[in-house]
Amino acid sequence: MSETRSGAQIMCEALIREGVEVMFGIPGGAIMPFYYAMWDYRDRLRHVLCRHEQGAGHAAEGYARATGKVGVCIGTSGPGATNLVTPIADAMMDSTPLVAITGQVSSAVLGKDAFQETDITGITMPITKHNYLVKDVEELAYVFKEAFHIASTGRPGPVLIDVTKDAQQATTVPDWELPLNLPGYKPTYQGSTRQIREAIKLLMEAQKPLIMAGNGIIQSGAMEELRLLAERTGIPVITTLHGIGAFPEDHPLSIGMPGMHGWVHVNRAIQQCDVLFNIGGRFDDRVTGKASTFAPHAKIIHVDIDPAEIGKNVRVAVPIVGDARNVLLAMLEEMPSRDASEWMTEIRQMQDKHQHKQQYLNRPDTTQLMPHDVYAAMTRILNERGHYRVCTDVGQHQMWAAQLIDWRHPRTHITSGGAGTMGFAVPAAMGVAIAHPGDTVWAIAGDGGFQMTNQELATIMQEGIKNVKVAIVNNGYLGMVRQWQELFENKRYSGTPLSGPDFARLAEAYGVRGITVEKVEEVEEAIETAYAHDGPVVIDFRVEREVNVFPMVPVNKSIGDMILETPEPVKS
Amino acid sequence: MKHTVVALMQDHPGVLNRAVSLFRRRGFNIESMAVGHSETPGVSRMTLVVDAEDVEQVIKQLHRLIEVLKVSDVTGDPTVEREMALLKIHAPSARRAEIVALTTIYEAKIMDVGASTMIIEMTGAPSKVESFLEVIRPFGVKEMMRTGRIAMVRGAKTHQAPEEAVAPTHALANGMAKTRLSSEMPRTIERTKA
Repeated sequence: MSETRSGAQIMCEALIREGVEVMFGIPGGAIMPFYYAMWDYRDRLRHVLCRHEQGAGHAAEGYARATGKVGVCIGTSGPGATNLVTPIADAMMDSTPLVAITGQVSSAVLGKDAFQETDITGITMPITKHNYLVKDVEELAYVFKEAFHIASTGRPGPVLIDVTKDAQQATTVPDWELPLNLPGYKPTYQGSTRQIREAIKLLMEAQKPLIMAGNGIIQSGAMEELRLLAERTGIPVITTLHGIGAFPEDHPLSIGMPGMHGWVHVNRAIQQCDVLFNIGGRFDDRVTGKASTFAPHAKIIHVDIDPAEIGKNVRVAVPIVGDARNVLLAMLEEMPSRDASEWMTEIRQMQDKHQHKQQYLNRPDTTQLMPHDVYAAMTRILNERGHYRVCTDVGQHQMWAAQLIDWRHPRTHITSGGAGTMGFAVPAAMGVAIAHPGDTVWAIAGDGGFQMTNQELATIMQEGIKNVKVAIVNNGYLGMVRQWQELFENKRYSGTPLSGPDFARLAEAYGVRGITVEKVEEVEEAIETAYAHDGPVVIDFRVEREVNVFPMVPVNKSIGDMILETPEPVKS
Repeated sequence: MKHTVVALMQDHPGVLNRAVSLFRRRGFNIESMAVGHSETPGVSRMTLVVDAEDVEQVIKQLHRLIEVLKVSDVTGDPTVEREMALLKIHAPSARRAEIVALTTIYEAKIMDVGASTMIIEMTGAPSKVESFLEVIRPFGVKEMMRTGRIAMVRGAKTHQAPEEAVAPTHALANGMAKTRLSSEMPRTIERTKA
């Protein structure tokens, strides 16, 4: 049944075979044959023309994170490819399944500094799970199959396929049936029974056990298994930044987020616990603080599908290499029930003493619009309306969102965690909105991050995407850096004061509804207006400029040493 | 501490770059590296010596590379280690007898004799090569090439690729698809083309 195809046609058909519905990209010289072929498949393969390849990459990431499917982005050679570097690195850090397709100059001029030639496979080698340079049309069908397999299995990650222009143009009869041949790639999905029993034993013996749920729970779809295990044992559950949504925060066993901007009671519980059961988290330094002081009394059980993560940052008593869901299923087979209510009571008492969430939500006595007013209103409205997804950017607003919104469902909180890529939110929200047209997708960004990728508003309009609503928490600073400068550098605001355009008018120039909010009493109305408007909206929340995110663990300090408020200036 | 790491990897373009890059990322200097075909077609074996305190994480990351089949740190294992050096020695006729005597003691070989130089091949355990170098250096070493250390674990224990790797490996992505595939895999490009 196979007929002769051009390389570019093979690429399109390979994408369709892999179940790809939408791709985000920008054409250019070296990728033109692919775009030429794409025209014939446009009823099955939707192409979203972005305004910058970084936007295309983040949109593909958003799509992937919201669905669990592989996101696809496209760029041409040279600058098109290098502009994809940031989202590729971002996807690597956050284990996001992504396939990046780049055009490359013809093989005849490869390595000769041809126009728009960049060694993108060389550049992306350390930031991809794997990458390919394809010079021969015969390889294309197989390479695409292998690339999607690698991106989506084991610990997911980005894969780049760089295809020379002549390989796109050459023709062959593709062989779609070649079996995968990856002798060096055999992810371990089942945890060792012996180790699982050891983990159960530790959890049963523990006086003060904790479960820490990471991204792996969401990636493997183990939410239900996690809930069953927690309920059977009564063990309190922590959700990391990327574990948000792995366990509903309104569950009685949920205690919240750990780490640099985690809650006091969570970090204290970690410092006191005797067994810490981490499933699918990687003990990032933003979680552990100074690693040598982390959980000093705990025997750590670490479940991760990537053996290179185990023992990397903290000492581990029971390593379990495997898929989170499989390991939890195996544990549920044998795990007896237990009670941890005394310990839970202890944690709740700590929580009552340091209830920052309540403090935040009870607004301070000021007429100025506080960031927390925005989150309080948004939380109320999101809970009321449901069907929401939130993409956050990077900085203060991101931490407030993680802290203050009531997270309940997996794949509703999408953020750039590992790489901390400013400019992530708006394009990622675009990808999420395409994946879930029935949901309202909020992009929450600071005025700094928003200005890095706001050109994608044009893409959103061109594509007729109506369900993206942008909330800018606008404080006129690169706020998180300013906060560090205030707390640790004597208010030396070097390079952080930031001006911007009138964001509402900027939005209107794109054809997007723009709203400016300066008063507390306008917040809810603005959010409701955003819901009522049948199209994308940008709300510019002009908040108090110098508000800090608390609690906070200073860099490289123990998570036991938290700063709870801005210290009073010392009077001389 | 010096670590000797042995890795088996698929013989693909770029695979060495990927492996070495993991050491570069940490700022580890690679002291020597020897790479060549292994007993399995399509599989290369690399012996790498690196002076670093903590190579465990790098080894795990080497494992993670798609094209790497097996990695071992054989530092503590009993191994046979060999290295070869080619040395061009300043050898005026008056000093040749001395040089020949030393090469005999060290079981080195004289490969070339010129008007004022000799090329000596010295093969042996790295320590023996070092020791030979020390005694020969005063004569004047004009040029030296070393292969880097190769190491094989003693006894029955082997360091082989997993079974599956013996099959034609990843045939399509290494540019040798046509020659490799035609005999070994029935469903090949060759056939579909025909």
